[in-house]
Amino acid sequence: MKIHEYQGKEIFRKFGVPTPRGIACFSVDEAVAAAKQLGGRVWVVKAQIHAGGRGKGGGVKVAKSIDEVKSKAQQILGMQLVTHQTGPGGQKVRRLLIEEGADIRKELYVGMVVDRGTQKVVLMASSEGGMDIEEVAAKTPEKIHKVFIDPATGLSAEDAANVAGKIGITIAAIPEAARLLQALYRCFDESDASLVEVNPLILTNDSRVIALDAKLNFDDNALFRHPDVVAMRDLDEEDPLEIEASKYDLNYISLDGKIGCMVNGAGLAMATMDTIKLFGGSPANFLDVGGGATAEKVTAAFKIMLSNSKVKAILVNIFGGIMKCDTIASGVVAAAREVKLAVPLVVRMKGTNEDLGRKILKDSGLPIISADNMADAAKKVVASIKKKKAVARKKKK
Amino acid sequence: MSILINKASRVVTQGITGKTGMFHTQTSRAYANGKACYVAGVNPKKPGENFEGIPIFATVKDAKAQTGVNVSVIYVPPPFAAAAIWEAVEADLDLVICITEGIPVRDMVKLRERMRKERRRSLLVGPNCPGVITPGEIKIGIMPGHIHKKGRVGVVSRSGTLTYEAVGQLSELGIGQSTAVGIGGDPVNGMKHIDVLKLFNDDPETDAVIMIGEIGGSDEETAAQWVKKNMKKPVVGFIAGVTAPPGKRMGHAGAIISGGKGTAQEKLAVMHACGIKVTKNPAEMGRLLRSVLK
Repeated sequence: MKIHEYQGKEIFRKFGVPTPRGIACFSVDEAVAAAKQLGGRVWVVKAQIHAGGRGKGGGVKVAKSIDEVKSKAQQILGMQLVTHQTGPGGQKVRRLLIEEGADIRKELYVGMVVDRGTQKVVLMASSEGGMDIEEVAAKTPEKIHKVFIDPATGLSAEDAANVAGKIGITIAAIPEAARLLQALYRCFDESDASLVEVNPLILTNDSRVIALDAKLNFDDNALFRHPDVVAMRDLDEEDPLEIEASKYDLNYISLDGKIGCMVNGAGLAMATMDTIKLFGGSPANFLDVGGGATAEKVTAAFKIMLSNSKVKAILVNIFGGIMKCDTIASGVVAAAREVKLAVPLVVRMKGTNEDLGRKILKDSGLPIISADNMADAAKKVVASIKKKKAVARKKKK
Repeated sequence: MSILINKASRVVTQGITGKTGMFHTQTSRAYANGKACYVAGVNPKKPGENFEGIPIFATVKDAKAQTGVNVSVIYVPPPFAAAAIWEAVEADLDLVICITEGIPVRDMVKLRERMRKERRRSLLVGPNCPGVITPGEIKIGIMPGHIHKKGRVGVVSRSGTLTYEAVGQLSELGIGQSTAVGIGGDPVNGMKHIDVLKLFNDDPETDAVIMIGEIGGSDEETAAQWVKKNMKKPVVGFIAGVTAPPGKRMGHAGAIISGGKGTAQEKLAVMHACGIKVTKNPAEMGRLLRSVLK
C-alpha cells in the first residue's frame, strides 16, 4: 500500500525523523492559510499524488510571497500531473502540501528495502540526492553505499555514522545524521514498510539533516497490525477497477492490451499473458481469481474485465486442481449470461473433471470457443479479434 | 529415492483443525501411502483429541516425542504462521513445509535470521507454496495428486498452478516425476531454486529437471550460474512475466538493489547462457524436457 508524502512525514515525525514543518491542504484557501500559519518568507507548494517524479512534472513550486503561494496552489491543484510513473494520462492533483522553505546545502539520497538475496533490510545511501536514483545506480554504482541490517539488533550507531560520512555529511552533522538513519530503520521495521525512500535528504547550511521528501510503501500482508496506516489509504489514487477487484478477493492489474484474461494462480496468469503476446496479441489485464472461483467471483471478474472498453476478447485459463472444471464451467456460463457477453470468449480448462466442464460449455448454447492447451487458447483468442474485425469491415461494405 | 520426502516420511500437520488444514489433510492422506505417513496434528487448545483418527498434540515437540514425525506441513493463518514455522524448527524436524499465504515479510526476515544465527538444520519450503510431492509415494500440500505420475524428472517452481501445468504436460507425454517442489512466491522464503537443484543433482532417481521461475529477485540467475558449474543433469526452464509491467510491485529502491536483474528477459538470457534450455512458450515445457532426455 502507498501513502502520500505528507502522511509519510507524519509517520517520520513519530519515529523522530526530522522533517520541515508543513500542512496538508485540499483547497487554495487552505493553502494560503497554511502559508500564513507557517510564517517565514519562502514556502514550497507540493502536489500530493502517489507517483514519483512530481518535481520534473511541474508539481512542486517554490513561492516567495503569500500571493505566489496562492497562484502556485491554483496552478497545481486540480491539474493532471504527468510523471514517468503516472502514464501519459497523468494523475489529478487533489491534495497539496504547503511546507516551509529549506536552506539546502547538499541533497542526498537514502532508501531502504528488503533484499531478497540476503533476506535482510538493506539501507542504500548516496551523495547524489534529488536525482533519478535509478540513473545513478546504472551510471555510477560506486556512488551508492549499502548497509545490510541485522534484523535482531537493528542499524547500529556505528554503521549509520559510517554511511553518513561516505555520502558527504559534514563531521559536525554526522551524529544527527546517524540518529536520523537509525530512526528511519525503526520506522521501516516497526511500521512493516516494504519501501522507505527519502530523496532528497538534505544537509542545511546550519548543519541540520532533514528529510525533505518521504516515500513509504507498506507490506500488504502486514496491514492487519497497522490500522493507522490503513486509515491513510487514498482510493482516489488507485485504479477503480483494482479497488473493485479487491472487494471480491480478485488480484487484478490493468494493462494496455485488448485481451482480457482470467486465470487461477499468479504464475499461470503471467504465463498466460506471455503466451498471448507470443502469438501476436496483447493482454488487457492480469487477473488471478485465486483458489475458489465461484460463479459470483467469476461474474465479478467478467464485469471488471469488460468495464475496460479496450477489451475485445476474453481468455479464461484454469488449471483445476482442487477446484473442479465443471464448477468453473458453470461459473463461466452463468457469468457470460449475466453480463450478456458480446465479445469472443475462449476457455481453456485442464485438470479435475475437464470433460464434464467442456460439456457444460458446449451444452450452454453460448458461442464459447474451447481450447486444448495454453498455446491453442492464445492462438484462438488472437484469431477471434482478427475475425471480428474482418466481419465488421464486410458489414460496412 | 526422490528428494525431501518419500513413503517413510512421517508428517505432523500444524493447523489441522482449520478448514484448509482439514481439507488438505484428508486429500493428502488419501494419496498413495498417506494413511501411514500422516500421523499427528497440532493444536495447542485440543491436545488429546483427534482428527479422523489422527492424534492431536499441543506442540510439535510433543508430536515428535510421541509419534516420531520428521516433517511438518503448516496451514496456520498468516499472523501466526512464522511462529508455527519456528516451533517446528525448534523441534528439530528435518523439513518444514509452509503452505500459508500472506505472511508479513518482516516476520519472515526475523525468522530466517534466527534460523541462520542458531544454525538450525531444518529445511524450510515456502511459505506461500503448493508443497512437495513424490508421486506414487507421498503428497504434502495442496496440489492435485492425480495429475502426477511416478518417474524420473524433477520439478522446481515458484508458482503453484504453473507447476501443475508443467507436471500435467509431462504426465501427458508419459514422463513421470521424481519429486515436484513448489518453493513459493514470497520475497523471503526458505529453499530456493539452487537448493532444490543441488538435491536433484545428487538424487540417483532424477534424470533431468524443469525449473520454473518468475520476475523479481535474482534467485533464478544464481541457480543458473550454479547449474553451469555443477549440474550433471540437463535442466530446462521457463520464466513467467515477460509481459509484466515494471515497477508494479516496487518503487525505485527495488530497482537499485536488483541492479538491472529481475526481468524475465534477463533471467532467460542468463539461464540460456548457463546451458539451460529455455522456452518462451509455457505450453512447450513438457516437450522441451522430452527433447533433453536421452
